[in-house]
Amino acid sequence: MRRVRSLLANPWRKHRFLAAFSWVYVLWALLPVLIAIGFSFNAGRSRSAWQGFSLRWYVSDPDFSVLHDPLLRSAMAQSVKVAAATMLIATPIGVAMSLGLARWRGRGGNVSNFLMLLPLVTPEIVLATGLFFVFVHLFAFVSFGTTAQVFGHVTWAIPYVVVVMRGRLFAIGPEFEEAAMDLGAPPMEALRRVLLPLLAPAIFAAFMIVFALSIDDFVTSQFLSRGQTSTTIPMLIYGTGRTAPNPALNAIATVMLALSLSAVGVAVLMLTKVAKRRGGGEAEATGVVGFQI
Amino acid sequence: MRRLRRGREARSKGGIDLLYPRGFWQGLSAPGVLWLLLLFVVPFYAILATATGGVDPIFGNAIPQWNPLRWNGDAFGYVFQQLGVSDGIYHVVFLRTLRFVAIAVALCLLIGYPVAYYLSRLRGRYRSVMLVLVVLPFWISYLMRMLAWVGLLQDNGLVNHVLMTLGVIDAPRPWLEGQSVTVILGLAYGYVPFLILPLYAALERIDTSFLEAAWDLGASSFGTFIRVTLPMSKQGVLAGTAIILLPMFGDFYTAELLSGGRPETSMIGNQIVLLLQGSTLGSAQARGAALVTALAVLVSVLTLYYLVSTAKTTREARRS
Repeated sequence: MRRVRSLLANPWRKHRFLAAFSWVYVLWALLPVLIAIGFSFNAGRSRSAWQGFSLRWYVSDPDFSVLHDPLLRSAMAQSVKVAAATMLIATPIGVAMSLGLARWRGRGGNVSNFLMLLPLVTPEIVLATGLFFVFVHLFAFVSFGTTAQVFGHVTWAIPYVVVVMRGRLFAIGPEFEEAAMDLGAPPMEALRRVLLPLLAPAIFAAFMIVFALSIDDFVTSQFLSRGQTSTTIPMLIYGTGRTAPNPALNAIATVMLALSLSAVGVAVLMLTKVAKRRGGGEAEATGVVGFQI
Repeated sequence: MRRLRRGREARSKGGIDLLYPRGFWQGLSAPGVLWLLLLFVVPFYAILATATGGVDPIFGNAIPQWNPLRWNGDAFGYVFQQLGVSDGIYHVVFLRTLRFVAIAVALCLLIGYPVAYYLSRLRGRYRSVMLVLVVLPFWISYLMRMLAWVGLLQDNGLVNHVLMTLGVIDAPRPWLEGQSVTVILGLAYGYVPFLILPLYAALERIDTSFLEAAWDLGASSFGTFIRVTLPMSKQGVLAGTAIILLPMFGDFYTAELLSGGRPETSMIGNQIVLLLQGSTLGSAQARGAALVTALAVLVSVLTLYYLVSTAKTTREARRS
């Protein structure tokens, strides 16, 4: 007992217990997913008994593989389509908003800032319900399916873009713009030719993060969908996860995982690189991966 | 010349923002603010209007009542009555949701705190590796992570196989058929990554000289932890708890995937989905909207408590 106690507190001691605990945690957190990925390469139809390696459920099965099953293909297309559209709409709006909110002083700025943070602390089911009613009763010109899903995702994504950009904006500070203006640049030129290029990596990272957020989203997509054609990959998992007859579902889930993780990976690389060049350390990249409210 | 003067003025007030045209920053914020007003604020009002609206006499679909003076409280009356009486449908579900969420959050803290603490004491390359591993689940779709457990928990799945080999159970246990323990563990598994990050951020900020001071003044290691580290990480614990508590209250997909939406593990979120997507009848829509409102109120009370407590701590920190 004494040993456990001292291990808990002494900052200089090697934390053997904590190290073991943490590694067990990492295994617990990741191993199930790795096993699920593994079964997507199963040669047989089972999702729980290994029958040899094959790419059957990705490409070669003529009826049920990700490549050939029309349901899986359509889910994949829908996920990518919604994520791409969300990314293209939410990022510019969010980038502009982050710049604006960082410098808009006074009551209006404070209220807008508060409004921007609210979606981050709202359970998704609440907003999804609200959007559902709004599109049924009020903005009836927004049709359910792709359009409504994109509108919903953009609403979620804007605050994330602002949070990512804000970290970078504070790290840059006003000095570069001041220097440009001292050298005679009009303010708008300073913004366009100095601040925006400095922000470029963060903007790119924001694009990637929005893409990943959107592709992983389930609740909003589900509430705002209409029919088979607007089914996304997470919705497919929700609908058929318990009854799926073969590992093709694991295969398409793996494809989704690869898409979102590579998007986030690119974003993190981008931000770590700039942070290092400026000697800022890894704090910013950490900020991206763990949004702090 | 004018620009120079404005420049000097701005710098004396300490803001570069004043050099830009008047209203420029407001203009940049406008699209985002407008978007959130139309598609975040208005939806909340639409929920209220649907909950207090009427039913079309011919088609039976919901008609929201946008005028607050003519709101009708039938749906709220029904939902609160069912929440209040001890044999009401929502009473049982609500108590179950509270129990599931409380146990899952406690589990998340028990698992997450040591990991976050360990992470905050690491340095250098090793820490980056560990950080990536801990953050990874954050970016794996929640549904994918639940799907992984559906595979493991099947009757002929790995979990039953291992437990039978070890002799813990004699026959395969139907983990996915309405077992509370599966749903609670599923919730803990699903949400713990979201707790670790804010906790890590808080623990990382603690200056180790405080720990040294406690040590030098003769505190035992356990005493140091209880009396220095734990209180100083209180904000992180609160923030992390808030971040996982709020979505957990509205969760319906965990129970659906891990127990097939069986009534014995049904949570508030499942009831909402049942009302809103199971029927197009106006009365069901209104009741669903009322239930969502109740959930939103509960959640905002918790958020408010968190915000007030954070503000208080910030003020105290500034004073000292």
